[in-house]
Amino acid sequence: MKIEIKQGRVIDPANGIDATQDLFISNGHIVALGSAPPGYVADQSIDASDQIVCPGFVDLRAHLREPGEEHKGTIASETRAAARGGITTLCCPPNTHPIIDTPAVAELVQRHADLAGHARVVPLAALTQQLAGTAITEMHALKMAGCVGVSNAMRPVANTLILRRAMEYAATYDLTVFIHAEDYELANNGCVHEGAVGSRLGLPGIPTAAETVAVASTLALVEETGARVHFSLISSQRALQKISRAKYDGLPVSCDVSAHHLHLTEVDLLGFNSQCHVRPPLRTQRDLEGLRKGLADGAIAAICSDHQPHEADAKLAPFSATEAGISALETLLPLALRLVDDNVLSMPQMIASLTHQPAAILGIKAGTLAIGHRADICIFDPERYWMLDEHSMLSRGRNTPFLNWEMKGEVTHTLLRGKTVYEG
Amino acid sequence: MKKKNRLQLDDNGKLKHFLTIEGLNRQLLIDILDTAESFTGVTEQTIKKVPLLRGKTIVNLFFEASTRTRTTFELAAKRLSADVLNINIQASATAKGETLLDTLRNLEAMHCDMFVVRHANSGAAHFIAQHAAPHISVINAGDGQHAHPTQAMLDMFTIRRVKGEFHKLNVAIVGDVRHSRVARSQIHALSMLGVEDVRIIAPKTLLPSEPEAFGVHVYHDLREGLRDVDVVIMLRLQKERMSGASLPSEHEYFQRYGLTEEKLALAKPDVTVMHPGPINRGVEIDSVVADGPRSVILQQVSHGIAVRMAVMSMAMQSHLPEATGGRRE
Repeated sequence: MKIEIKQGRVIDPANGIDATQDLFISNGHIVALGSAPPGYVADQSIDASDQIVCPGFVDLRAHLREPGEEHKGTIASETRAAARGGITTLCCPPNTHPIIDTPAVAELVQRHADLAGHARVVPLAALTQQLAGTAITEMHALKMAGCVGVSNAMRPVANTLILRRAMEYAATYDLTVFIHAEDYELANNGCVHEGAVGSRLGLPGIPTAAETVAVASTLALVEETGARVHFSLISSQRALQKISRAKYDGLPVSCDVSAHHLHLTEVDLLGFNSQCHVRPPLRTQRDLEGLRKGLADGAIAAICSDHQPHEADAKLAPFSATEAGISALETLLPLALRLVDDNVLSMPQMIASLTHQPAAILGIKAGTLAIGHRADICIFDPERYWMLDEHSMLSRGRNTPFLNWEMKGEVTHTLLRGKTVYEG
Repeated sequence: MKKKNRLQLDDNGKLKHFLTIEGLNRQLLIDILDTAESFTGVTEQTIKKVPLLRGKTIVNLFFEASTRTRTTFELAAKRLSADVLNINIQASATAKGETLLDTLRNLEAMHCDMFVVRHANSGAAHFIAQHAAPHISVINAGDGQHAHPTQAMLDMFTIRRVKGEFHKLNVAIVGDVRHSRVARSQIHALSMLGVEDVRIIAPKTLLPSEPEAFGVHVYHDLREGLRDVDVVIMLRLQKERMSGASLPSEHEYFQRYGLTEEKLALAKPDVTVMHPGPINRGVEIDSVVADGPRSVILQQVSHGIAVRMAVMSMAMQSHLPEATGGRRE
């Protein structure tokens, strides 16, 4: 199968490309840019004029709910939503049921994704058995089974000694440790940012220190062990400062931020809006601005969706009794594009934070349009306006605070290994 | 803020739900106090009843234990001639796995008109008001650490009776403000009614995060904070806070923050002492003060009935235009 994509603005930040040109695909791979290879006859031609052609997006954190919570989402339903969002690679955390702490579960997740055929799924393995925080997993076997890193998801590790050993063991096999920086005791079962809004609403708060304490102690262990650490979902300016300082000092660390933390703050919780119940919590305007700045200056490598689909009932309860999370795959691109409109990022910077930069964190070949690479491609119209309405969402979870927001920028084609998996 | 406003008031700006003081307005608070004043006569008559809510069914939906609040709501409803149903949910439905929304739907199906809700989660009354059928009014009888607006209004009623005006008063709230829904509602009500100097007095472990955002003056020393105060409101210290990481001991708390005659002498000579109850004698307040001439703690309780009658009748009033000329449908 040969597909040519004609006259799009091709942006491939990994290779410094930003030019209107044609792109040629053959047998699932990119074979040429600019002019067709000798003897190339396309079976299909996509007119991409006035559109942007870029690598398919790489999402560092998406909960797919399978196995175990299929009432919230399945690998098939959620990867289909990903395709609509231009996402071709999803990294899923290990907190499924059963937990991804054995090769069998890791293989099952990838096999189901292959069968569904909408997107590539790369799992993170559990850092500790059953995510219980006490005994490390068979990390080598899990790596052989396709896991691209290890993480204890949102669960605490029992103590710093176990975290140290886990980091050392992961480093032995060159596995990145993904840390969700939240000190369990300081978080104290809170559900919102500890600050003025949380005080007024009388909701238990998670102080910024819950994040900075966890970041600081992890950084000390990175210095000790040399393990490579990626901090998922940074929510505060103060934690970001610590990470960016450590990067400057040469430590092997990186971090990402969710799209919603770049657009919402604690103020959006007023009226007890459970759709804004997320973890880590939405923090202050200052934090939001700090995170945006961190993205612009490169301290934050990637924007992720932190996709967490839920059934409707999960959000129908008094605020603190609701489940945290947003169904976010279908809004990742328009929310990131808003940052371009807000002059936070240039278009290539924005695309970099969704493509080769997250791919580098996962250590996988993705997020680039280099000749010879697999043709995972997103084509989007950056000027097209659309409204997010719950009936048109493809994700099984309709839980999002962005319902009825006017979105700018919509995916028109998503190609996975040279095959069109979404056309809008 | 706007959302709350819309939720609590109907299209004519009348009270529909009473969930929090925030988002209401001064005139509405004064209307509540005036209406309560008109009901105080009823509670003193031999036949303590008016027929305002005859034929209406009010459900006391208590997800958290309470004696005084539930009892005064029940008495208030009965004095308005409503039928009252007391439901203690801890012991019934949710224990069987029923969701809050299912419980609500079942009660709606029984044609109830008003829910008086107490719940351990902040925002529970908002949640119920958002999801209840349009003909139902919701009164918040305490949600988590968020609000307890009828308690605040009965305190305002008591202050107005004793002091007359609000705007010249200095009012101090002492104790566990962090975990107190009563204090939050009191602060909003006092500010809305024109009290310029609202003080909160507590050690840092019992203060909410960013207390200044409430528009109050913060003190850590009771003696300093009580100076020239007209009204002092003592908060109950929950047993679980008396030792552990928030406070070292009952003894040290009483030493530093317990209200005694000697400390009270620093306030204005005609100072009024209040407490939402139930009181811990010898922990936050000395018995001599609690039972002394400046204490109005028991008056607060009787005022509770009149204020709750006022709020219930006003919230039901907002439905009357629809209700006249027969039942719904």
